[in-house]
Amino acid sequence: MSEPICLRQLPVNTQAVIHSVAAAGELGRRIRDMGIVPGTTVQVIGRAPLYDPVALRLRDFTLTLRNSEADHILVIRQD
Amino acid sequence: MTGNTLTIALAGNPNSGKTTMFNALTGSRQHVGNYPGVTVQKKEGRLTHNGVTVHVVDLPGTYSLTAYSAEELAARNFLVDERPEMVVNILDAGALERSLYLTVQFLELGVPVVLALNMMDEVKKRGMQIDTGLLSRLLRSPVVETVARIGEGKERLLDAALDFARGNRRPWEPLILSYGPDVDAALAEMTGIIEDARFLDGRLPARWVALKLLEGDHEVAGICRQSGAAYDRLAAIVERLAGHLAATMNSYPEALISDYRYGFIASLLKQGVLKKDASRERIVYSDKVDRVVTDRFLGPLLMLGVLYGMFEMVFFIGEYPMGWFEDFFSWLSGLAAAVIPPGQIQSLVVSGIIGGVGGVLGFVPLIVIMFFLLSYLEDLGYMARMAYMLDRVFRIFGLHGGSVMPFIISGGIPGGCAVPGVMAARTLRSPKERLATILTAPFMACGAKIPVFVLLVGAFFPQGAGTAMFWITLASWGAALLVARLLRSTVIRGQATPFLMELPPYRIPTLRGVLLHTWERAWQYVKKAGTTILAISVLLWAAMTYPQLPQDVADGYATSRRTLAAALEAAETTAAPGLDGAALADLEARLADIDNKKAEAALRNSLAGRLGTALEDVTRLAGFDWRVNIALLGGIAAKEVIVSTLGTSYALGEVDPGEATPLSEKLAADPAMSKASALALIIFTILYAPCFVTVVAMAREASWGWAAFAMVFNTGLGFAVAAAAYQIASRL
Repeated sequence: MSEPICLRQLPVNTQAVIHSVAAAGELGRRIRDMGIVPGTTVQVIGRAPLYDPVALRLRDFTLTLRNSEADHILVIRQD
Repeated sequence: MTGNTLTIALAGNPNSGKTTMFNALTGSRQHVGNYPGVTVQKKEGRLTHNGVTVHVVDLPGTYSLTAYSAEELAARNFLVDERPEMVVNILDAGALERSLYLTVQFLELGVPVVLALNMMDEVKKRGMQIDTGLLSRLLRSPVVETVARIGEGKERLLDAALDFARGNRRPWEPLILSYGPDVDAALAEMTGIIEDARFLDGRLPARWVALKLLEGDHEVAGICRQSGAAYDRLAAIVERLAGHLAATMNSYPEALISDYRYGFIASLLKQGVLKKDASRERIVYSDKVDRVVTDRFLGPLLMLGVLYGMFEMVFFIGEYPMGWFEDFFSWLSGLAAAVIPPGQIQSLVVSGIIGGVGGVLGFVPLIVIMFFLLSYLEDLGYMARMAYMLDRVFRIFGLHGGSVMPFIISGGIPGGCAVPGVMAARTLRSPKERLATILTAPFMACGAKIPVFVLLVGAFFPQGAGTAMFWITLASWGAALLVARLLRSTVIRGQATPFLMELPPYRIPTLRGVLLHTWERAWQYVKKAGTTILAISVLLWAAMTYPQLPQDVADGYATSRRTLAAALEAAETTAAPGLDGAALADLEARLADIDNKKAEAALRNSLAGRLGTALEDVTRLAGFDWRVNIALLGGIAAKEVIVSTLGTSYALGEVDPGEATPLSEKLAADPAMSKASALALIIFTILYAPCFVTVVAMAREASWGWAAFAMVFNTGLGFAVAAAAYQIASRL
């Protein structure tokens, strides 16, 4: 199993599994409410024209978040 | 059920088809308001099913029942305080796993829930299978398959809700989940304390209160804190557990609780509730569209095209009904002038009431079309893409991707209106960015400011009118963005709110849904015009009419008018020799001139005129004389008034904002006006106080305090910049 990397570094069209979410407070709550909890499979499906925000596929829906928020999320690449 | 009526709350995630279901259930028997104390929209409707009157409340769309966003708090407080007999939980069956996260929270609260698995048609198309019977048994709640878009399943949903409500007269029965040994032990201990202390008279499940305390919920903690000693014991348990989890698992209670909730959902689905055909990927269609629509190059181009097309349509289609409204109001004015004898009452009805309210209602067709297109884009799912693409740019100015649309509607492409713009800021979930958007959207070049710009540009910059308008538009955007930046780093300081937004799959909106959306929004605007604007129009009319000219001055005008009129009548009836057509026309012109002179004198003598004259000492800094001052004072009511008031004060009589050529010439010839003062006036018009309808809209969307702030701050800023521009430009 590879080392956890930051979600910001995950290239488009690669799959990964959420390893941990380091954010607490409101941001952490929102991230978890949307289903980003450890063990979830996510895939980066696109980035906005200025490379930020990023669009993720998880739990059968598409979620967008900013790179500054992705910084709080560690994932493990599934190649 | 109390007697023969039943209250059900409709709840679910945003984009789950909740509102579509609400519309399908209640039809047109619904009304819109706000939840007490928050600006979240509250929709209610009634229907009769099998002889039972069902009162349906549409709760705001939420992903969770925490107390962090206004929507979540409004939804939760409604459930806790109003205790509806039933929650009908609408789920996007295609995103079942995430949708159930909210369901689990309803079940934990103990409120009776009926699940509506919506969009089942899409689910079947994608080769997913949901065992609704099994899901119903596992959650011990009725589950109904629906397709809200075509109203399928709504009867069965009502049957299930009524059946369940009839059998469910017992107290709420909360679902009890296990959160692992550590949390469970703490919960058990806390539940005992809460039951003994009888928090909230035992109206809420003790375990739920304990859970909320573990989750660090400020709202619940605040209520419990009032009970003193018991709360201290609870807080100690929370602290102990948090310390233990941090040490042993590098986690904290709130995170662990949501992990377990998702774990519970995953286990439900794995027991056979959900079977997926892996070969058929979900939302393939939407993905393909998005590859083009949000492409790095094509995306922004397409967005510009959509915005431009939208405005073309609004004004192309809106032109005709606008004309009808204008015709109607001029007919009404004519009627009033004919029926009511000339004098103060006639003036009040014609100029004050019909002129004021008519001016506002004249915008209704534009607003209806704009809202129609907007609701369409929103229901289609395109608005979310726009926010996604522009978020990065707007964040630089302390705004949010969702601020784009309110700006555009307000006049980001010249010709909008700040009233629907401010209301469109509702789509922003984050309060600070939303406030910043509401406060800065009125800087845009709205349709009412355009005649002012056209007039001034035509008079003073005739060689490059088009270019001048282009720069005015850019300046408006610049002003809005820079002021937003300023406000976000001073009075509405605070971290950027997280941008976590769902990109819903593209769905073709139903005509019915879009029409209902449009109607709701347009009706609010009309209601406002009928009440607030009516009062303000009358006040403004009074300020520009009273006090009247002193009797001797008025008599002077009357005498010379009578002389001229007599001469004219004599000339017309007897066709006296030596009086040819030109002389006749000359007499008529002199007559009109006297009327206009009198109007000018009367305006200057009125309260507004005196205020305008008194302000000259200050406004001279920006190059404004008393006529401009009155016009600008009138412009606070509605920007259209600027041009018509200038017409009166330059003794041109009523000037149609669309046909201001003579006024333009008069302005250019006035020694008091120059390029520098025209520039200052343009700048001031961009920046100063929003019109009254906008102020009322701002007060409703934010607060009266912020609306007052916008009036004072914008006027101050506008004057400072205008004065600086005038001083610099007049020295060049």
